[in-house]
Amino acid sequence: MIKVSGLTKDYGARRAIHNLSFDAQQGEIVGFLGPNGAGKTTTMRILTGYMPPSDGEAIVAGYDVVEESLEVRKRVGYLPETVPLYQDMVVFDYLKFMGELRHIPNVDGRVNEVLDMVGLLSRADGFIGNLSKGMKQRVGLAQALLHRPEVLILDEPTIGLDPGQVVEVRELIREIGRERTVLLSTHLLHEAQNICDRVLIINKGKIVAEDTTENLQARLIGAERVIVRVRGEADELADTIKAVKGVRKVETLEDGGVEFEFASGKDLRPEVAKQVIKDGYDLLELRPLGMSLEEIFLELTGNEAKKK
Amino acid sequence: MRNIWTIAKREYDNYFNSPLAYVVALAILLPLGIYFALIMFVSADQAFYGGGAPQTNPITWLFVFLMVFLSPALTMRLLSDEARMGTLELMLTAPVRDFELVAGKWLGAMMFVLSIALVTLVYPIIMNNFVSPGIDWMLVLASYIGLILVCSAMLALGVGISAVFTNQFAAFFTTLGLFFFLWFMIGLPAGYLPTGGEVLNYLSLSNHFSQSMNNGSMTLGGIAYYLSLTALGLFVGTTAIEIRRWR
Repeated sequence: MIKVSGLTKDYGARRAIHNLSFDAQQGEIVGFLGPNGAGKTTTMRILTGYMPPSDGEAIVAGYDVVEESLEVRKRVGYLPETVPLYQDMVVFDYLKFMGELRHIPNVDGRVNEVLDMVGLLSRADGFIGNLSKGMKQRVGLAQALLHRPEVLILDEPTIGLDPGQVVEVRELIREIGRERTVLLSTHLLHEAQNICDRVLIINKGKIVAEDTTENLQARLIGAERVIVRVRGEADELADTIKAVKGVRKVETLEDGGVEFEFASGKDLRPEVAKQVIKDGYDLLELRPLGMSLEEIFLELTGNEAKKK
Repeated sequence: MRNIWTIAKREYDNYFNSPLAYVVALAILLPLGIYFALIMFVSADQAFYGGGAPQTNPITWLFVFLMVFLSPALTMRLLSDEARMGTLELMLTAPVRDFELVAGKWLGAMMFVLSIALVTLVYPIIMNNFVSPGIDWMLVLASYIGLILVCSAMLALGVGISAVFTNQFAAFFTTLGLFFFLWFMIGLPAGYLPTGGEVLNYLSLSNHFSQSMNNGSMTLGGIAYYLSLTALGLFVGTTAIEIRRWR
């Protein structure tokens, strides 16, 4: 549904994306991860027909984004990063306007349906300017879903939402992703892990890794980090943990917790727990630490540098 | 075509949300009302001494003259504000042609001006009741066709300039400057030139309206001039939007 090959975009002398190639199938949710300025938004803007690439080709929903831009735009739902909205319009009127531009039959009914999906039915008569950031985000999402697009492109869809809404929106995206193609960008690895089938990590306009989230983590880490906390003073906790065979990189944190690492494959947590209790500590917490995007990222870009 | 109408309708409704549009309407209708009262008063006075019947073309002239200063205020934010607020991204990723967007904005502004013009039709109607055997309706028709043509040209140029800028005040002053030049200044050297003065007169925004149409003579040259300016304005706007995409 999305097929990108050799995509390049220059802003004057600055190259925003460089020779980007990837694809996304129907019924797939693809996550786009990367730091600010990596080229995520630029790529999405090209795919939505907002601007043409300097070089390369992108096919979205079977149409070329440059040659058949209008056909692409008919089939794509897009939530821009800044969620631009007409602040002085009423929510319902705004969505109706966007629906009319897309020639949706029975537009009033559809607007109500979408408002219900994003949980804003009660605010349909309010002015957009008076909504909170999270609600505006949901109006933007409603706009993107309005015409049942074949391809949904979401730039940071959960930013600014409160935790409850984040869960709801993710659920919604997952549901949509069953039949359609979803491309979403995010900073948060756990979000990508949560909803995406596949992740593209992009840095300085280039794809540095492309895989499922599980594979990516396993490939990168090769080890799992765990934090242990016990009740009361725990000066010798680190020594206790070090005594367990296979444990490495034991570190005592400032707040008294201890972090350690073990090679993935053999889970050492039960052994550590037994040892901690045996030594008379009251075990409060034993929690695996996922690798943050930043860490994965540093790892990846570091590897790139080494290869050169 | 349907998209142009959808955008125009939103823009038209939007005018009634903005205080500026009411100020513009007031700034046109108030002077026109006073002027009309004066015309009626003076003609009634003169009628005693054999003065002629009053006509409505001074009123349509004043309408157009005020539009030179006020229409930039109606068009300044149409596209510049979309660029500033980021909603242009919304429009440019919707299945709408760039031309449809620009033409829709122009039509919305046009509909607003036509609404004001519609209100001013009370003047010929009232005048008709005071004049025997009635006023020259063909002249009124010619005046209003001229008025629509001039406004169409001014609003299209205004929309075109609005598409170039991200700041609405930059758009306002550029548009105002252009109209000032086209209305007052371009025809000035015509009288001093040995040849070619006709060209300058032809290019004047006011000439075709003030000298011909508002006096009842529809000239093909005048119609072509205003329609060309309208097309030029919409073309500039569409091109400016396309250039924005490439940047």
